[in-house]
Amino acid sequence: MNAPHRHSGPVLEVNDLKKHFAITGGFLSTVVGHVYAVDGVSFAIERGETLSLVGESGCGKSTVGKAILRLFTITDGQVVLNGERIDELSDAALRPLRQRIQVVFQDPFSSLNPRMRVRDILAEPITNFGLAKNKGEIDARLAKLMDKVGLPRDAVDRWPHEFSGGQRQRIGIARALAAEPDIIICDEAVSALDVSVKAQIVNLLCDLQQELGLALLFISHDLAIVEHMTHRVAVMYLGKIVEIGTRDAIFSAPMHPYTQALLSAVPVPDPEASRERILLTGDVPSPINPPKGCRFNTRCPHAFDRCRSEEPKLRMMAEKHEAACHLHDLPASENPVRREYKNNG
Amino acid sequence: MTKPLDPTETAGLVVAPQLPDILPDRKPLKGVVGFCRRNPSIAIGAFLLAIMFVMAIAAPYLWTVDPTALAPSRRTRIPSADYWFGTDMFGRDIYSRVVYGARISLIVGFSVAILASIVGLVIGLVSGMVRWADSLIMRVIDGMMSIPPILLAIALMALTRGSVGNVIIAITIAEIPRVARLVRGVVLTLREQPYVEAAIAAGTRTPMLILRHILPNTFAPMSVQATYICASAMIVEAILSFIGAGIPPTIPSWGNIMADGRTLWQVKPHIVMFPAIFLSITVLAVNLVGDGLRDVLDPRMAKKI
Repeated sequence: MNAPHRHSGPVLEVNDLKKHFAITGGFLSTVVGHVYAVDGVSFAIERGETLSLVGESGCGKSTVGKAILRLFTITDGQVVLNGERIDELSDAALRPLRQRIQVVFQDPFSSLNPRMRVRDILAEPITNFGLAKNKGEIDARLAKLMDKVGLPRDAVDRWPHEFSGGQRQRIGIARALAAEPDIIICDEAVSALDVSVKAQIVNLLCDLQQELGLALLFISHDLAIVEHMTHRVAVMYLGKIVEIGTRDAIFSAPMHPYTQALLSAVPVPDPEASRERILLTGDVPSPINPPKGCRFNTRCPHAFDRCRSEEPKLRMMAEKHEAACHLHDLPASENPVRREYKNNG
Repeated sequence: MTKPLDPTETAGLVVAPQLPDILPDRKPLKGVVGFCRRNPSIAIGAFLLAIMFVMAIAAPYLWTVDPTALAPSRRTRIPSADYWFGTDMFGRDIYSRVVYGARISLIVGFSVAILASIVGLVIGLVSGMVRWADSLIMRVIDGMMSIPPILLAIALMALTRGSVGNVIIAITIAEIPRVARLVRGVVLTLREQPYVEAAIAAGTRTPMLILRHILPNTFAPMSVQATYICASAMIVEAILSFIGAGIPPTIPSWGNIMADGRTLWQVKPHIVMFPAIFLSITVLAVNLVGDGLRDVLDPRMAKKI
């Protein structure tokens, strides 16, 4: 239908993305500091792949999503969509390309305009991107979308407040699908839903991904869900990616102390299981004034002098597995975080 | 591990008796009656306002005489069968003047509410949507808000001659900042709403974004604000007329009647009293509608007593 310029490389690449929010104060709104929300993040997502971005609240995961959607201008870095840089485009030039990137938000109640019927909500991207020529075509598309997300077709004439949270989230997904995107950014898309509905929505996303070959950037703090549905995982801490790798690599052999601490906090549904819990002390440092050296050094149980002065770079730990930690420069016998890959069934 | 219940097993069980219908079905009343039941303040306010409107429109047919006709021989009469509200120091019939005065108050109140809403909406939208214009506009608005609206209106009236149109313009200018601030605040909140961000991602252009996603959601808080402005404008108009800076004294307005009766207040209080009562009732009615509207449109703010 629309000319898909199929491009062989990754559908989305983010290179050294930075977003610093200026803090203004005083009479003339002078800049008194910056929030280093995202400070040099790079990753790539292949067609049909799910990359999960995980981390604590305030680590900048959602900011990455919004930066890719260009809901604000980025401070530095590149966003490359299908081989084309989009971060420097003007709003007008970007608008047709927005079709390729869609979004599903966390809160199903504020993500739908309360004064628009479902029909108008879903028709908005269709008409904006010229995907239908007349009302008949729009109706046909709406029916197909409602089928895809498992809602009754006649529900298009209802108002958002007539639906439950899970149903609203399905409408949100339908709106994202309406544009026929290459990639959907799911910004905590299931975090606000209760457990059974969460499972339904996650399964719906997985099914749609297989059916349509969608790429997903799944922003979440829920590691149990992430393990269930993702291909690769990127762990963020204070505006930086500290570890990135395939799901099996991250979950069976995490190489960064922060990832290990995060994983040790995931509840295991087995009362017999005994495991070591890594308890992090203190709070996440302020992104206004991030610590020197490794950003995790204030809470890391293994931090040594080098961590406080020199910032670690992401380095290859194994195939498709990178981590940013100085501990891996130590001899293997002295390295407290080195793990062997467990045999993952 | 469910198995169908065996009748021999259920035989010994006590079956819970059917619950009696303690609570009879209460169907929510539909239509106008139901709406009035649920929102008594809107109903009362609207009723009082309706009376004032009928009075203003039908003024010549409500047993009135010419409100400007002078009759020095019958001046300062107290209320009687001939002169329901008495006469003022020029012998003019106060009842007729009060009834005709409703026209001025309602015209001024509603014109100011509508004009201030429209202009304030535009200013607030620009301020909320255009970042660089925001600080500029808001400083001007701050400056205007630092002057009390009545004082600003008096100052504006001092620049021009008294007429209904000028009074409306002066009060509108004084009231615009309140609307502009409100709309700007709402727009700034709406801009961050996920559905607005999703619409941007869905390729919606800015004019359409404002028209479809932002404007409709500003109407509820703005209509509530408009009722308060309407009430406030009526009072400011009366004050302006009272101090002689408003409607020309030849036109009967509630403020003018009170201004005329001011000097005789201690001996003939009825001259001031009747227009004051009507002004109070009208302002109360508008405020009642506003309060009710706020509760209907924003249930979170509703204070149930």
